Amino acid sequence: MAPEDNERGGDGSEPKILVFACNWCAYAGADLAGVSRLQMPSNCRVIRVMCSARVKPEFVITALSKGLDGVLILGCHPGDCHYSEGNYFTRRRGLFLRGLLEYLGIEPERFQVKWVSASEGAKFAEIVKEVTEKIKALSANRP
Amino acid sequence: MRVPEVAEYARSLPNVVYVEDNLYACSEEGLSSIKEQIAKQHLNRVVVASCTPRTHEPLFKEACEEAGLNKYLFEFVNIREHCSWIHMHDSAGATEKAKELVRMGVAKACYLEPQEEFESEVFPAALVIGGGVAGMTAALSLAGQGIQVHLVEREKELGGLIRSVRTLFPAQQDTEDLLGPLVERVRSHPQITTYVGSEAETVDGFIGDFDVSIATDGQTKELKVGTVIVATGAQELKPIALYGYSRLPNVVTQLEFEEKFKEGADTPRNVVMINCVGARIPERTYCGRFCCTTAIKNAIWLKEQDPEASVHVLQRDVMAYGVDIEEFYRRAMELGVRFVRYDIENPPQIMGEERAEAVKVYHQLMGRQVVLPTDLVVLTTPLVSREDNERLSKMLKVPLGSEGFFLEAHLKLRPIEFATDGVYVCGSARYPSDIRESVSQAYAAAAKAAIPIRDGFVRAEAITAFCSERTCTACGNCVEVCPFGAIELQEGRFGETAHVNVAQCKGCGCCVAACPSGAMQQRGFDDRQLFGMISALAEEMTSGTGRQ
Repeated sequence: MAPEDNERGGDGSEPKILVFACNWCAYAGADLAGVSRLQMPSNCRVIRVMCSARVKPEFVITALSKGLDGVLILGCHPGDCHYSEGNYFTRRRGLFLRGLLEYLGIEPERFQVKWVSASEGAKFAEIVKEVTEKIKALSANRP
Repeated sequence: MRVPEVAEYARSLPNVVYVEDNLYACSEEGLSSIKEQIAKQHLNRVVVASCTPRTHEPLFKEACEEAGLNKYLFEFVNIREHCSWIHMHDSAGATEKAKELVRMGVAKACYLEPQEEFESEVFPAALVIGGGVAGMTAALSLAGQGIQVHLVEREKELGGLIRSVRTLFPAQQDTEDLLGPLVERVRSHPQITTYVGSEAETVDGFIGDFDVSIATDGQTKELKVGTVIVATGAQELKPIALYGYSRLPNVVTQLEFEEKFKEGADTPRNVVMINCVGARIPERTYCGRFCCTTAIKNAIWLKEQDPEASVHVLQRDVMAYGVDIEEFYRRAMELGVRFVRYDIENPPQIMGEERAEAVKVYHQLMGRQVVLPTDLVVLTTPLVSREDNERLSKMLKVPLGSEGFFLEAHLKLRPIEFATDGVYVCGSARYPSDIRESVSQAYAAAAKAAIPIRDGFVRAEAITAFCSERTCTACGNCVEVCPFGAIELQEGRFGETAHVNVAQCKGCGCCVAACPSGAMQQRGFDDRQLFGMISALAEEMTSGTGRQ
C-alpha cells in the first residue's frame, strides 16, 4: 500500500475479497443469486456466520494485514435482524472500523458493510460486482 | 469448474487423508460412502464441498452421526450456489475459488470440536394466524391430533377471502357448501380456541416457547405456544386507474363480480373480461396462477345463465394448469366463450366516457382492431400480498420475498417451513394458491408444526456461546449486548465471571465480538476457526504468490 500505488490506481491484477455473510439474510441472498444463476466476478470468498455481529474488528484487520484486498460484511437490513439487534452493532462497528482503517492509511473502499435480505439475490450480485470493481481500481493491497 | 482439479488440490492440503470426487454427494450412495470412509480411514473430521449448508447440512451431519462421528465435526463448503452457478463462464476463476473455499473449510475443520446439543421442552399448543380456508384446515388438522390450537382471525367472521367468492372451480360448488361446515367444525372443536376480530399483536420467543399476545377490541390475552403457522392469505389487487376502474361504474374486478351476483342480480348480455390486469408487468412480474381459472369459471357461469350472452375473455396466455382445469377451459370454449389474445404492448382500450360502452382490442389472428360492445367489463387481477405481512415478518423473524409474500426456507427442499424453526406458512400468504392447494399446504404445515409438539422437546443446534472463566474479566460487555438476556455475571471459582444460559442463547455471537479478552466464544464459530479460515484464504498472499 505504498502511496504511489494509490496514485497509479488499479494495476490490473485480480483482487481477493473476503465476505462475511449472516446465515439468515445475506447468506440466503447469496444462495438465491446462485439458484438464479446470476453471474458475477469470482473474487469474493464467503465465510458464513450466524449474525453479522459475530464479525470481530480483528477479523477485518487481520484479513487486510495479511494481504487480502478487501473485506465485505453483509447482514440483514436494519430492523430485520434475526437476532433483533445484531446488525445495529455491525453498523456501529463498521463506522468505527472505517475511521480506524483510514487512520491506518488503508483505503476506505477496502472495507464495506452492506445489507442484503434473503430475497435479494440480485442485490447480492450487484454488490459483488460493485465492490470488486471498486477494489480492482485500487492497486494490490501490500501491507 | 474443474472438479477433479479441486479434488486433487484438496488431497494436497494438510491433515487431509482421503478425498472422493462424487457427482451427487447427497445421494444414498454418496452418504453411505461417507459413512464407510469414516470407519475405514478412521476419519475424525469430514468436509463436504457441494451445495449450501442452509439446505443439505443436516443430511450430511446425520450421516456422520450414523457412522459414530459427532456431527459437529462436519464442515460444509459451498461451491455450487456460491461458485459454480455464479461463475458459469469463468472456469479458471471458479476452479481457483473452489480450491480456496475448500482450503478455508479444511482449515476450519481442523479446529472443530464435538458438541452436545441442548434439549428444551416444547409447549403443547399451536398458534394459527389467519382464519381462512388454509388456517382453518391447519387448525383442524392439529386439533385432530389432540393439540391445543389458538386460531386468530382479523375479521369478525371466519372464512377469509373466499367469503366473497360465489362458487368454487372446477366443480362450480357453492362456496357456502364448503365454508359452512368448515367453520362449524372449527367453531365446535373442543381443542380449538377461536379469536375473531383479533390480531396477533406480539409473538416473542423461539420454537417450543413462544409468548403470544392476542388483541381483541382493545383487550389483550397472553398465551404460550410451541409452534406458529402463518396463514394470513392475500388480497385481490384493486387496479386503480387501469381500464377506467374506479371511474367507470361498469368496470369491476372478478371478486366484485362474484359479490355482485352472489346477491342474484340480472346477468348482463355482453361481457368482456380482461386478464392479466396488473400482473406480469414490470412492477409486478409474477403470474397470479389461478386468476385465469377464475375468469373461466365466471365466463362459464354467465353462459350457463344465458347461452345467448356474448362473453369475451381477453388474455395474454391462459394459465389453466392441471387436467381438470384444462377440461374446464375446453368447456368454456365449447359453450361459446371467446378467448382473444392481446399483446401487452398494444393493450385493449375501453371506449365510453360515462360508462364502458365497448372494448377495442387488436385481434392478433385477424390482424386488425375489433370493437366489442359491452355492458360490463370484468378485470382479472392477481392476488397481492397483505400490507400487514411486513409487520408479521419482522415480528416472527421470517423473510418476505420481493413480491411481499412469505418466503419459505427452500422452494423444493424445505417448502412450508421457514429457516426460523417452529414457524410455518401455508395458503396464499406464501403465494397465490387456490382452495385445493391451500388445503394441501395447510395439511403439510400442520404436520410440520405438530412434530415438535408431539416429540415434546427440540434439540437446539450447538452453536451457543460459552465463556472461559479463566480469561473473563467480568467487564459485562457481553451482558450488555446479548439480545436475549442470556448472559449473567456470576460468582464462581475465579471470582465474578460471565455465564451463558444455554437455554436462552440463540447463537448470534454478538457477545463474542464484544468480548475484549477473548473469553467468550461461540461453538462452531470460534475465533480459532474463523481466524483459521482467514489465514487459509490469505495463505498464498503472505507467501508472495497472491494478487500479482
